[in-house]
Amino acid sequence: MSPPVTDPYPIIRLEDVTKVYPMPAGDVLALDHLSLDVMAGEFIAIMGPSGSGKSTLLNLIGCLDVPTTGEIVISGRPVRSLSDDDLTTLRRDNIGFVFQTFNLIPLLSVLENVEFPLLLRGRPAGSRERCTEVLGAVGLTPDLFTHRPSELSGGQQQRVAIARALVNDPGILLCDEPTGNLDTRTGDTIMALLGALNRQGKTILLVTHDPRIAGFASRTIRIVDGSVA
Amino acid sequence: MILFDLARRNIRLHWLRSLLAVVGIIIGVVAISSMGMLGNSLVLSISDSLTSVGDTIVVSPHVSSAQGSFGSSGGLRITERQVEEIRRAAGANTVIPLRTGADRITVGNEAKTAALYAMDPADVPVLLEKEGGIYLRYGSGVMVGKKLAEENDLKVGETIGIGTGDERARIVGILKERGIGFDINPDYALVVPDTWFASRYGERDYDQVIIKVRNLEDIDGVKAAVDDKLNRREQVVNVLDTRKVLSTIIDAFNQISTFTTAIGGISLVVAGISILNVMLMSVTERTKEIGIIRSLGAKRGEVMRIFLSEALILGLLGSAIGGALSLAGGYLAVNVMLQSTKYLFEASTLVYILYGVAFGIGVSLLSGIYPAWKAAMMNPIEALRFE
Ligand SMILES: Nc1ncnc2c1ncn2[C@@H]1O[C@H](COP(=O)(O)OP(=O)(O)OP(=O)(O)O)[C@@H](O)[C@H]1O
Ligand SMILES: [Mg+2]
Repeated sequence: MSPPVTDPYPIIRLEDVTKVYPMPAGDVLALDHLSLDVMAGEFIAIMGPSGSGKSTLLNLIGCLDVPTTGEIVISGRPVRSLSDDDLTTLRRDNIGFVFQTFNLIPLLSVLENVEFPLLLRGRPAGSRERCTEVLGAVGLTPDLFTHRPSELSGGQQQRVAIARALVNDPGILLCDEPTGNLDTRTGDTIMALLGALNRQGKTILLVTHDPRIAGFASRTIRIVDGSVA
Repeated sequence: MILFDLARRNIRLHWLRSLLAVVGIIIGVVAISSMGMLGNSLVLSISDSLTSVGDTIVVSPHVSSAQGSFGSSGGLRITERQVEEIRRAAGANTVIPLRTGADRITVGNEAKTAALYAMDPADVPVLLEKEGGIYLRYGSGVMVGKKLAEENDLKVGETIGIGTGDERARIVGILKERGIGFDINPDYALVVPDTWFASRYGERDYDQVIIKVRNLEDIDGVKAAVDDKLNRREQVVNVLDTRKVLSTIIDAFNQISTFTTAIGGISLVVAGISILNVMLMSVTERTKEIGIIRSLGAKRGEVMRIFLSEALILGLLGSAIGGALSLAGGYLAVNVMLQSTKYLFEASTLVYILYGVAFGIGVSLLSGIYPAWKAAMMNPIEALRFE
């Protein structure tokens, strides 16, 4: 794994970002002139009331969508001018997502789920070894590799999801309430895992409603009505 | 490959509706190819039973509407002078004037009626082929059409009674079977020397003049020349060449064949709609999955490939099975309609199986395009929010 970053630089920069969802009943202002710098190697907890724009923020950083106004720079690349394919490639190579509902592909086995991002890159040499490696790193035993996601516990599924997010070795992990569907003890083991990954150099942004979970992070940001409070 | 695999597994998961879509394609492919095979066999059998000689011009008296269109030629004939003009128009090509008639014949104790063609014995080898015996000579011998000979068990050297009197004629030769022709149909007829015909039925003008063209390119020129000589003031004779008649008839049957194949095509369109339906269902159900794989870095084109693969698998399955069953379907259709499968195993007939299969795959892919495009254009965030 990459060594801890000695000279911090903003790996994510949001400049005056606004996101408007046009809806039939009227536009929804999800993000309102939000600016934010995230240094490489940071572990940030994002908190705020429901509907304040936390998931929207994470999705924009993850290049799943582009801001309505303002600019986002990921690893030095401004996203607003990028084509859909370029955005996708940027996401594929730099960002790992972890969701509250795990979001594993039900038709694929554990191993295939983890392998999927590699296949999108044309299955580089040593893919299988890389999958076993990350699955081992998140604490899953090989006897589970051939199971379907539905045959696993919530904690195990989230570990698979984290392994999948890690397999391309992205610099950034975006976690949207990763412990929201887990009991406290399982949630804590997942947080310990994320903490370890952060110490290995991953930049982590984590959305949570739970102040105890936020305690694992090095910095907490509060979002209210679409901007940093 | 994993994209293809995802498509394959999804089909397995929803095997019943996938099966129904495949059955639709099978029916469509079988319909289109067996209709095509039937049509082609029909055209082949028609053109085979027609004498396909294309080097013949037939000149016959023109019956104007004033003279009534019933009755063979309304007593109209082609005169010796007109024949001379035709000879001049035909140049070096062989001109064969014919008289036709019918008379009672007796074979053993059995009496029946047969058509008679009277011509100069020298012209017989130009127009007809013999199967046994010798060609007609000047005198009193006759040649017998193949079918007439077969049905009455007539042999070279035997004699048959002609007319009601005790006139008998010796069979000198038997003609080869000729099929339905546009000039003469000697299969059930007797071919007799014109001198013998004249002595028995009296001198009279000709019923028909046949021109055998040496060089196929000359056909139009000779036709025009005859027309020019005889039909200048008013239409006296009809001039038609067998090649044109033949192609008109075959064209007509080809059109019928195209039409029936198109009807088969409609069932394939219906099958395409059922694939479209299955695919749209699949896209909607898998919205969340589309969001997931987009979040993992799958491009629009890659999402599109998953769903096109699904359509392709359904199409390939249906078309392959349909293609195999087409042989049976075509066999059945041809056997029922034509009572013979002689023309089934011809390349030009069997190629319709390939057409059917190609159309099946094409229609499936075409039906997959819109759902696949819809999947590819989904907004990843909204897809991820879908439950
Ligand atoms: N795809 C969308 N289309 C329309 N409106 C949206 C969309 N996504 C979010 N919104 C709206 O934008 C606002 C912010 O939503 P967002 O999901 O970012 O909130 P959140 O902070 O993640 O809330 P929660 O804590 O409940 O997850 C909300 O009002 C939401 O209804
Ligand atoms: Mg949220």
